[in-house]
Amino acid sequence: MSPDSPAVLAEGLTKRFASFTAVDHLDLRIEKGEVVGFIGPNGAGKSTTIRMLCGLLRPSEGRASVAGFDVGRQPEEVREHIGYMSQKFSLYGDLTVRENLRFFAGIYRVPHHDLGERMRFAISMAGLEGREDVLVRTLAGGWKQRLALGCAILHRPPILFLDEPTSGVEPEARRRFWDLIHELAAGGVAILVSTHYMEEAEYCNRIALIDGGRLVAMGTPSELRQRSLGGDLFEVDCVPLGAALKALGSAQGVVEAAIFGDKLHIVLGQGGLSAEELPRFLAEREIRVGSVRPATPSLEDVFVRLVSTTRETRAAS
Amino acid sequence: MFERLSVMLMKEFLELRRDRWAMFRLIVPMILQMLVFGYAATFTVHHVTTAVLDLDQSQASRSLISHFAATSRFDIIDMATNQREITSDIDHDRAVIAIVIHAGFSRDLENGKSAPLQVIVDGTNSNTALIALGYIAQIVANFSTEQAASRVFPSRSGPAAAPVVGISLQMRPWFNEGLNERWFFIPGVIGTLTLMQVVSLTAFAIVREREVGTLEQILVSPIRPVEFILGKTVPFFLIGLGDIALVSFVGIAWFHVPFIGDPWVMLVGSALFLLAVVGMGLLMSTFSRTQQQAFALNFFLLNPFFILSGFAFPIAAMPKVLQWFTMINPLRYFLVIIRAVFLKGVGFAVLWPELGALALLALIMLTISVLRFRKSLD
Repeated sequence: MSPDSPAVLAEGLTKRFASFTAVDHLDLRIEKGEVVGFIGPNGAGKSTTIRMLCGLLRPSEGRASVAGFDVGRQPEEVREHIGYMSQKFSLYGDLTVRENLRFFAGIYRVPHHDLGERMRFAISMAGLEGREDVLVRTLAGGWKQRLALGCAILHRPPILFLDEPTSGVEPEARRRFWDLIHELAAGGVAILVSTHYMEEAEYCNRIALIDGGRLVAMGTPSELRQRSLGGDLFEVDCVPLGAALKALGSAQGVVEAAIFGDKLHIVLGQGGLSAEELPRFLAEREIRVGSVRPATPSLEDVFVRLVSTTRETRAAS
Repeated sequence: MFERLSVMLMKEFLELRRDRWAMFRLIVPMILQMLVFGYAATFTVHHVTTAVLDLDQSQASRSLISHFAATSRFDIIDMATNQREITSDIDHDRAVIAIVIHAGFSRDLENGKSAPLQVIVDGTNSNTALIALGYIAQIVANFSTEQAASRVFPSRSGPAAAPVVGISLQMRPWFNEGLNERWFFIPGVIGTLTLMQVVSLTAFAIVREREVGTLEQILVSPIRPVEFILGKTVPFFLIGLGDIALVSFVGIAWFHVPFIGDPWVMLVGSALFLLAVVGMGLLMSTFSRTQQQAFALNFFLLNPFFILSGFAFPIAAMPKVLQWFTMINPLRYFLVIIRAVFLKGVGFAVLWPELGALALLALIMLTISVLRFRKSLD
C-alpha cells in the first residue's frame, strides 16, 4: 500500500443478484486510522458491500481497491491485508481459546517468532487471561466477540471489516468492544464497521448512511447533525401521543413528525405552523400539551429524515 | 501450503477428539451394519412353509413327500385333505408353496408314464418363489431318477428294461466352490458401507462450516481453495481407509470370507475409490447451503448409487440408460476390484481398467469441486 493511497476506495461499486440490485453505484473512501460506520436498515446492502470489499463476492460493476489492490482482480492480495469479522459467530466452539488463535495464526501464516506475543496480545485484548484452555463454546457472547476480533487481527491487517460485530451482544460488552476498535484505529488501522445500533454511530469518525443499495449521506456525526433537516427540531411533551402524531403529520409546515420515547419530535419548516402556535393547535384538537422546546437532532433524527427524503425523491423521479 | 494444511488437519483432529460420540459414530454403525448385512444379505431360501395335499395316498407319493420333509429348505406345515385347505393356506400366508399329488400318481409311474405333480407358488415374492421352484425341480429330478432306477434294476430279467441314459451335471464353480453367497456379498457390503459413510461425512463436514459461519471466516483469509479442500478431505480419506480395514477384518475374521489377493492391490483400489468418494461428498457440499439440503441430497443420491452398483442386481441386466449411469458410479468399479481381490486374487494386470476408471472419476470430481467451491460463494 503506497503511503498516500486511501485504505479503501470504491467507485461505482455495484452488485446485482439476478434482477435485484443489492448495491447500486456506491462510492466510498476510507483513510488509514479512520473508523467509518456503515449505517442503514436491514437489507440496505451493508453486508454485500463489505463482502465485495473482502473479495468474497465479485462486483457486477464498478471497482474497488483495498490496501491498493483491486478486489476483482487481486482478491488474494486483498485477503492478505484485511481482517474480517461477521455477525455470525465464526470461531470453532469445540476448540479452546488458544487452539482457535493458533488455528487462525496458522491460516494467516503469522511468523513463528511473533506467534507467542501476538497470541498474548489477542488474549489480553479479549480479557481472557487465565482462560486460554477453555472451550470457546462455553464463553459468553461478549468474550466470543472480542476473541473473534482478536483472531481477525492476529496477522496485523491494516484494514478491518466488521459486519455487525456487536449484534446480540449486551450493551456493556458492546461499549468495551468499541474501545478496542478505537485502540486499533489509533494504531493506524482503517476500520469499516456496520451496525444498526444508532448510538454506535456516534462512536465513528465518519458515517456512511446507506439505503436501498445507495449511499444516502456521508460525513462526521456533527456534520450530519448540522445538515439541514429541512427545518427546526422541536420536542413536544403531550398526551395522547398517537392523536398528536396524526394531527401534526398532516398539518401545514410540519416536515417530519415521529414519536421518540414518551415525546414527539417534530421538524417545522418555513411558512406554516410555528412553534408558538403549536400548543394552541394541539389544544384545539383536545391534546394536552406539557412543553414545546427546541432540540438538538440526534443521529437517529437525521437518518430517519435523510432516508425518507431520499426515498421520496427517488419515488418521484 | 504445509503450514496451512497442518493447522487445518490439527483442527479437524481436535474437533474429532472433542466429539465424544465421534468414535462411536464412525465405528459402531459400520460394524453393526456389517453384521446385519453379513447375516441377512442372502438369496438362500430356508424353511419355506409348504402345504401338501396327497390325493394319491400311495407309497410313491409318500416317498416323494418324505423327500421334501427331509430337507431343511421346506417346512411342511399342513397335510391338507382337500383343495380348499390348500387355497386357504396360501391366502392366509401360512404357506408359500403347496404341493398337490393327484390321484393316479403312482399308477402313472408304474406304467412308465410321466406323472404330473402340481406345485402352487405364492409369487408375491418372486425371488423366493423362483429359488424355491429351483429346489423343487431338484428334488423332483432326484426322485424320478430313483424311481426310474428302482424300476429298472430290481427286475433285471424284464425284457423291456432299457438302460436309463441320464446326464449328470458335475458342477465345480471356481473361486467360490461352495457358492457361498456370503463370500459374494460381504466384499460388496464393505464397499457400500464405506461409500455411504464417507460421502455423508465429507459433505456434512463442509456444509456445517458453511452453516456456522467458520467457512466464510476462512475464505476471507489468503488460504487457497486447494489447501482448504485438502484439509477438509484428508481426514475423511483416512477415516475411510480405517473403515475399510475394520469391516474387512470383520468379514475375514467373523464371516470367514477368504482374502487371497494382494493387500497392495486392495490398498491402491481403496485409495482411488476413497478419492472418488471424497470427491463426491465435496461436490455434494457445493450444492448444499444447509445441512438439511445436504441430507436431502444424500438421501436422494445414495440409494441409486447403491442399487446401480452391481451389489445385488447385475448391471448387464439393467436398461441401457441405467448402465450408462453406472459408469460414473465409483462403487461399481470398487465392487469389481474388492470381489476380485478377496476371492480371485487377481492383481493390477487384470484390474487396471477399473483402477483407471476410479482414478479418472476421482480426478474429475475433485477438479469440479475445487472449481465450484470458489464460485459457490457468489
